[in-house]
Amino acid sequence: MLKVKEKINNSEDEGYIVIEAGKSEKHYWADLWRYRELFYFLSWRDILVRYKQTVIGIAWSVIRPLLTMLVFTIVFGRIAKLPSDNAPYPILVFTALLPWQFFSNALSEASNSLISNQSMISKIYFPRIIIPSSTIIVSLIDFGISFILLAITMAIYRFVPSWKMVFIPLFLLLAIILSLGMGFLLSALNVKYRDVRYVIPFIVQFGMYISPVGFSSSVVPDRWRFLYSINPMVGVIDGFRWAIIGKGVSFYWPGFILSIVLTFLIAIWGFWYFRKTEKTFADRI
Amino acid sequence: MGIVIKVENLGKKYIISHQQERYTALRDVIANTTKKAVKKVIRKSETLPKKEEFWALRNIDFEVNEGDRIGIIGRNGAGKSTLLKLLSRITEPTSGRIKIKGRVASLLEVGTGFHQELTGKENIFLNGAILGMNKKEIQKKFDEIVEFSGIEKFLDTPLKRYSSGMYVRLAFAVAANIEPDILLVDEVLAVGDSEFQKKCLGKMDDISTKEGRTVVFVSHNMGAISKLCKTTMLLDNGKISDYGNTDNIIKIYLMKNLNSYEDKKKLYYGTLNSSLILSKIEINDRINKVIISPSEAININIYGENKVEIPGFGLTLSIFRDGIRLLTIHDLKKPENLPRCKFISIFKIPPFFLRPGEYSIAAGGYCDKSSDWLWGTDLLNFTISEEWDGSYESVNIGYVNLIHEGKRILLK
Repeated sequence: MLKVKEKINNSEDEGYIVIEAGKSEKHYWADLWRYRELFYFLSWRDILVRYKQTVIGIAWSVIRPLLTMLVFTIVFGRIAKLPSDNAPYPILVFTALLPWQFFSNALSEASNSLISNQSMISKIYFPRIIIPSSTIIVSLIDFGISFILLAITMAIYRFVPSWKMVFIPLFLLLAIILSLGMGFLLSALNVKYRDVRYVIPFIVQFGMYISPVGFSSSVVPDRWRFLYSINPMVGVIDGFRWAIIGKGVSFYWPGFILSIVLTFLIAIWGFWYFRKTEKTFADRI
Repeated sequence: MGIVIKVENLGKKYIISHQQERYTALRDVIANTTKKAVKKVIRKSETLPKKEEFWALRNIDFEVNEGDRIGIIGRNGAGKSTLLKLLSRITEPTSGRIKIKGRVASLLEVGTGFHQELTGKENIFLNGAILGMNKKEIQKKFDEIVEFSGIEKFLDTPLKRYSSGMYVRLAFAVAANIEPDILLVDEVLAVGDSEFQKKCLGKMDDISTKEGRTVVFVSHNMGAISKLCKTTMLLDNGKISDYGNTDNIIKIYLMKNLNSYEDKKKLYYGTLNSSLILSKIEINDRINKVIISPSEAININIYGENKVEIPGFGLTLSIFRDGIRLLTIHDLKKPENLPRCKFISIFKIPPFFLRPGEYSIAAGGYCDKSSDWLWGTDLLNFTISEEWDGSYESVNIGYVNLIHEGKRILLK
């Protein structure tokens, strides 16, 4: 009986947008497409604001990875004397810093994005998912700057990267999907529970030490290697090292596949939770 | 002309929790869940923290035809903004449904998404995109927006250096040039100077009459509503109390808004509260629903009964508008002894002094020989109607009209 009624209504609703309680919109993807320019504009705004004071903006993107690399090289390479997979230690660190800093920047920016744009959320309609998504672009630009730094470092060490570098976009894509998925989840949680933002710096900092950023994952004993790959960033970082350093770096398939599976699970979960809660953002924020 | 908005049985419920914190914190959730789990083991039942349901809107039904201009009026908290938020899909309804045809732009605030660090030009593009325009449309409209805002010189200046007036101009210029099929406007005209407000109202009129677009307009400004809208909806406590011809609805609203003094007896504070009773306030011999023409003098009589003699007593009356105290007057020039008696204090305000609008009265008294006092606010409301001499209208802006002398000397 209900279904029949719905069908009749559908024919009446031709050309109308129907807003009803608890009903997920049919037009979600079409709407997202219609608002695609807002995505560009928000990214553009973030980039403009970030690099408006050009000197500070760019200097920050340069100084941070350089200092981190320096510290990790000294602590793990010189003092702890960990193996460097046949590459100069700074390059070993830098290849990992690239995806890690992208991930940590993207995650922090995305997670706080809804709160920092709350006036827009409470006053205008648009698909909310545009906000956390658009923050990725700034992190990508920082990634580009870091990549140039890596190229310079390689030139200094006269290190020739592997041809496998062509696979980097794939690993970067994995990092993007992971940071988006977690970003969706944390940004939505952040609207509901305001203390989530204190958790994010912790995740980022803790994550850096448990991920193979300052050292090679080859130092992890083989029997623990699969378990170690539960952290999806392990797969991404290992991938970057495999692609850039090349010779001497073996590719650990079981761990990588686990990383991919977990990344997609997290992304789906994050997206699902975001969609579930996004209609209440304006009431809660 | 087809129906572009159809609202059926619409309702929006909010849940107010009576907790002190404004935000839920994850740590509290974790702590409470643990507590409950522990309590469940020890004792079986536990009372949940009290939560109250509040229907901001309920059982709303209406239809809007293409090209209509609908006004929405009502007191604060009547549900006007909630209705606009539901129509513009910012929040989700709790019950009922809305059908909307065409592109909707909502203007609940001017300058949403403006960024202080960006220049005027950059903000035009950003704000345009937020309001749903694409780059081509913004570029096409760019010159018009700049001209409307009148800030050509400052296009490359960061917004943080703008004055608040310039900010509003720029924001409204962008908003006024979006071309939606349906435009939803909240109380955004309250900001900005009156000349600019007129320009905006004119623009909204054009959008509707010349371009045939639908406008839904929420305002407290009855003048703006009656100029712009043919049909008006009056919301009261989340329900549509009246719907129809704008002038009639405005009259109904103004009448409803005028309370009688009897309703508000208990609003007095002070040390004289038990001994001095102000039993009645009359404005031009009426005790409720007072509407006064600007050309009438206003006579306010306050009836009182005093039970204990007060040395050096003065009775005071204040008139408020929009929460601003316009003036305070006294029944006597100097406080005098008030014996045990019944009395009437009389106040006179000349004609053409208060400008059209809604006013409220506060009254009380004080003793200049001791610190005894009495004060009550929002005792009685009255309205000065809009029958002002037309020639004054465009130049006289403000709450009061002063009969004054001015002249001009031309220097060679």
